[in-house]
Amino acid sequence: MEMNANMDLAIKIEHVSKEYRLGAIGGGTLRGDLQSWWARKRGKEDPNSKIGAQTNVKVGQKFLALNDICLEVKKGEALGIIGHNGAGKSTLLKLLSQVTAPTTGSISYNGRIASMLEVGTGFHPELTGRENVYMNGAILGMTKAEIDRKFDQIVEFAEMEQFINTPVKRYSSGMYVKLAFSVAAHLDSEILVMDEVLAVGDMKFQQKCLGKMGDAANREGRTVLYVSHNMNTIRQLCSRCIVLDHGRIVFDGNTEQAIEKYMECNMTTETAKSYADYQRLAFLQRDDVRILSANYIGKDSCVFQEHEKLPLRLQWKYQKDVPDMSLRFVVEGVDQTKVCASFCYHAFSGRQGEISSVDLSFDITQLAPGNYQSFYVFFASNEYGTDKELDWVPGLSFTIEKQTPGRLPWRTPAWGRLELLPPEITNYQRNNG
Amino acid sequence: MKNKTDNLTFSTTILPKNGWFDIHLNEVWRYRDLIKLFVKRNFISQYKQTILGPAWALIQPLLTTVVFTVVFGSLAGLAADGVPSFLFFMSGNIAWGYFSSCLTATADTFTGNSAIFGKVYFPRLVSPISTVLTNLISFSIQFVLFLVFVVIYWIKGDVQPSLYALMLPLLLVHMAMLSLGVGIIISSLTTKYRDLKMLVSFGVQLWMYGTPVAYDIGIIPPKYMSLYMLNPMTPIINAFRTAFLGLGRFDLPDYLLSWLVTIVVLFFGLMLFSRVEKTFMDTV
Repeated sequence: MEMNANMDLAIKIEHVSKEYRLGAIGGGTLRGDLQSWWARKRGKEDPNSKIGAQTNVKVGQKFLALNDICLEVKKGEALGIIGHNGAGKSTLLKLLSQVTAPTTGSISYNGRIASMLEVGTGFHPELTGRENVYMNGAILGMTKAEIDRKFDQIVEFAEMEQFINTPVKRYSSGMYVKLAFSVAAHLDSEILVMDEVLAVGDMKFQQKCLGKMGDAANREGRTVLYVSHNMNTIRQLCSRCIVLDHGRIVFDGNTEQAIEKYMECNMTTETAKSYADYQRLAFLQRDDVRILSANYIGKDSCVFQEHEKLPLRLQWKYQKDVPDMSLRFVVEGVDQTKVCASFCYHAFSGRQGEISSVDLSFDITQLAPGNYQSFYVFFASNEYGTDKELDWVPGLSFTIEKQTPGRLPWRTPAWGRLELLPPEITNYQRNNG
Repeated sequence: MKNKTDNLTFSTTILPKNGWFDIHLNEVWRYRDLIKLFVKRNFISQYKQTILGPAWALIQPLLTTVVFTVVFGSLAGLAADGVPSFLFFMSGNIAWGYFSSCLTATADTFTGNSAIFGKVYFPRLVSPISTVLTNLISFSIQFVLFLVFVVIYWIKGDVQPSLYALMLPLLLVHMAMLSLGVGIIISSLTTKYRDLKMLVSFGVQLWMYGTPVAYDIGIIPPKYMSLYMLNPMTPIINAFRTAFLGLGRFDLPDYLLSWLVTIVVLFFGLMLFSRVEKTFMDTV
């Protein structure tokens, strides 16, 4: 029975953990390590530990990048792997492609694994496109005969017939990526492991690559493991998805649900937020105004019911004289699609050093049930219709719940995130016969 | 028990750590095309966009030989009697040059290739092996030039090459294995401690002075000779000179001892290498 159950499995991961030691690996020098060791031997304080640091902190502390992962992937399945930075996605792919070994557990698989953790690994700028195809193919585990057989297909897919005998250092970065991807995509491996390689190249080529990957899984019966932050490509390619969070699989199943789950990891449930220590993003070049805090008024949760409005108090400080400014309130869905925005035009002004606060009430009743993230933006606009952002911060999140008996549960993938008010019904006629 | 039946149905199983001697030579063989391509790449990239191209492989040993001939030969008088000192130093130089360039290049295996090793798996041994082979090309170029000089001096009657010259392939394999052994030991150790890397160029230089490259073996006092012969490179350089210059005589026990040392070093190196290759990415 057990044997049969494994027959259609491509990959089986059993209790895999990967441990990294935090802090430096000793001092990185033999002398440093010897010193530390000698100090420990004599029961003295490690001369290399940070001054004032307690003996049981950070350096040498263990960190589990992956924590007891169990996963089975069937043949011909396209599995998406999503999770935030540091959730362990890349570590998992590294283990699968044997770049490094697990600390405990085992990974079994059938056939060859072709890993594209990066496109163009081993491309050498001085070699021609042709030579690099062979080189890259060989690195990925193809023999010369195999590459010979596939060479024309590779070049054709990359649309590179003209430039194949040119050194790749003369290529544009797009051409480089196209060729590199094409090599990897034509590998005869049973399992394809990809880490966001599709994030490169133009839209047309990206679609072509996705199509190619989809074919690999659906028609050729190959198994695809795909890591991405781009939910649209995940949707397009993967039928099943796992969500990693802090080294554990927190969800395994349907792609749409996985994406919801992943986005929820992002959400906070706080009802007040202080921006005193918030580091503004680099795109924001102005510092005329700084938002100090935001909170929901008279609420102790961020869940809003059907007819509730969103009561928000904002507090900010003018760092320069601002004669006229406006506020923009932007709402984003959990999959990071922008949903809607609300404006208070030309509502505020102040002198340098002043601190202001305001209570606002937003009508959010047309938003469909779900989780949302808001953004607060102060900006100055002029008569030409252009604007300058004076401050920009991610705001509080909120959840909308609507449970009206007799209505369908909301289907976001099909209906979007806005529910318009029901239409006004007039002139309704019924004819008999 | 359950685990065992599981693994039977899978073609590959990745486990946490390698054993001490877990080198899959058949896997390296399967990647032979990659070795070929690496050799080609290394060689092409070495001389691309240089005017003189592979001629550089000749210029460097020639210049060193001239310097040696002047400093160690004419000034210090350390060359062997009976053979032209230019040829004497050149023979030492190109043989040692092959060994030392292999050694320094393979010693850099893990740190130098970490970018590519971090992204894709192939048997890591492919990399040092192709390095050793790349250097063989440079050696061949140098050797042809050396042979031209030997023939010239032979015609003039200054040197007497012997039949031991047929041993050349064996000597090359010998040097390749020794340098590979030492190189991968160093590269395995430098994944964690970079100190050793600083020592490599210095160590190689020191080793050269412990080998009869820049002087004749005749200056070594006989009572230290058995100690001196423990250096596996000494019998190799000696055999090389016996073969092409007819200098000294071939000493079989010393030569076999050198092989023994080589095999021990290589074995130890492979052992360390297989321990390190799986997880070095975490420490490099």
